Amino acid sequence: MAKEFEFEKLIIELEARIKELQAISETRKIDLSREIRAINEKVDALKNDVYGNLEPWQITQVARHINRPSTLDLIKHLCGEEFVELHGDRLFGDDPAIVSGIGRIGDQRVMIIGHQKGHDTEENIYRNFGMPHPEGYRKALRMMRTAERFGLPIIAFIDTPGAFPGIGAEERGQSDAIARNLAEMSGIRVPILCFVTGEGGSGGALAIGVGDRVFMFEFSVYSVISAEGCAAILWNDPAKTKEAATALKLRATNLLEAGIIDGILPEPIGGAHRNHQMAADEIKKQIEKHLPSLLAMNADKLLDERYKKFRGMGRFTREEELEHA
Amino acid sequence: MGWFDKLTRPRRDTPSDLWKKCPACNETLLIKDLAKNLFLCSKCDHHLRMPLWDRIALLTDDNSFVEIDHDMKSVDPLSFVDSKPYPERMAEAIKKTDVNEAVATGRATLSGRKVLLGVMNFDFMGGSMGSVVGEKLTTILELGAQEKAPVIIVSASGGARMQEGIFSLMQMAKTSAAVKRLNQAAVPFVSIMTDPTTGGVSASFASLGDVNIAEPGALIGFAGPRVIEQTIRQKLPEGFQRSKFLLEHGMLDCVIHRRVMKNTVARILRLLVA
Ligand SMILES: [Zn+2]
Repeated sequence: MAKEFEFEKLIIELEARIKELQAISETRKIDLSREIRAINEKVDALKNDVYGNLEPWQITQVARHINRPSTLDLIKHLCGEEFVELHGDRLFGDDPAIVSGIGRIGDQRVMIIGHQKGHDTEENIYRNFGMPHPEGYRKALRMMRTAERFGLPIIAFIDTPGAFPGIGAEERGQSDAIARNLAEMSGIRVPILCFVTGEGGSGGALAIGVGDRVFMFEFSVYSVISAEGCAAILWNDPAKTKEAATALKLRATNLLEAGIIDGILPEPIGGAHRNHQMAADEIKKQIEKHLPSLLAMNADKLLDERYKKFRGMGRFTREEELEHA
Repeated sequence: MGWFDKLTRPRRDTPSDLWKKCPACNETLLIKDLAKNLFLCSKCDHHLRMPLWDRIALLTDDNSFVEIDHDMKSVDPLSFVDSKPYPERMAEAIKKTDVNEAVATGRATLSGRKVLLGVMNFDFMGGSMGSVVGEKLTTILELGAQEKAPVIIVSASGGARMQEGIFSLMQMAKTSAAVKRLNQAAVPFVSIMTDPTTGGVSASFASLGDVNIAEPGALIGFAGPRVIEQTIRQKLPEGFQRSKFLLEHGMLDCVIHRRVMKNTVARILRLLVA
């Protein structure tokens, strides 16, 4: 994926111009601060304008940005040194597409589980572009059980194109791994907070997404199928990706409206890839806001409410209601 | 009929479809004969897809099936339009199948035992799971726990109903959580996977049976074979994602011939619970 988008081109040109002027003013000792300030203001206005009016397909691209804060980036900003990564599903292997471990956020000990993408091609190949195999989901479930045993709340970061479609994945039971997590997460007796940080790709995202609270970043997406996949299947035309992205209503605002998520985390102007620290700060704010009441809740009540939350998702009617409508 | 239960409706004959080719051996088969032979190929014994009401008749005692939620219908929560608006596709599916959605659920007896049964209908938009399918299945899973009656679900589905977007995805979490509650109530869940069981159905309740059964030759998997081939740029081996493959990889308890399906399920239930 390119590091710059078509819709950002002018912003990036202007930012380069500012750098140029700064260099000139330093080397030639000329005061260009007024010119620089003027361009800066223009850049800010432009960013506001562009990022305030992104199309669903453009948001999907921002959500997939190669510099998007990954789970390990967020852990670094949230936990600093106070984190130990824990590996392996104890059954088959360790999946680099999901990372997990114990850490401390402020005063709170937590279990963190998240999809892991790379910031360059080499790292992405190692991380399988954030597409887990069954062992990734089974590692995640093992971590949830550990968290439950030690009373650690679970923080999940969701950022995957989807579970990997491959021979090994099928042989080792991709379906079983995802299904098992969906069922078991509904019964884990500690609070679970989920954050869609980038791409919430279908069942492979949901498999670590059954939480007491679910949040999305402003420019993240969450969908039953990728826009590309949907275009290929329903339109039979890969060129219809933009239309599919719009039709799927995969933006954070759509999901909040639908009652699927509990809140939207703002991103710095120009997207979270420009400021990982701010992204981490927003997550920390939500953890501090929501965790105390969930931790104070009796575990049976916590599970009842988690069950009801997902039980209530869906829209349907009855013939009788239609007739009387 | 509203909230009331409704008795099984008779199967509608579709005179235009007189013949069917066996997908395994290419033999031309008369639908009339197929129906008498449980939709098994008379030449090679291939298990063809079985229509909804034949499947219900296969698994239940005569006239014991009482449908619930038959009047439940999908809405169009996303105002979804691809080459056609979703409500139009829905209307076509209803007309074609004479049912409201891709699953029928109800109470029945199986060899005298009270059970809750859900049967997916591949003819209805590829058996895809949207809000209604998720809701109906969750309901029988909950009723099973309340009434201590075993739950049997026959799956036949290409996966999630894309036209319902995120709502369809969430049915995976909803149904799986309901299976977990059934497990906690120690009430058996028998999952029967038929051709095909893939995507969001395979990756949720269908894989979560106390006993996972498949019919011979059924395609079962998370990703469809075409998607896998495109991703890894390899031809898939013969028999990949078929019942025998899943049995060998530990994902199924058994592969059961259609002729003995009912008796086998009955035996499993009486051995699991008194
Ligand atoms: Zn045949």
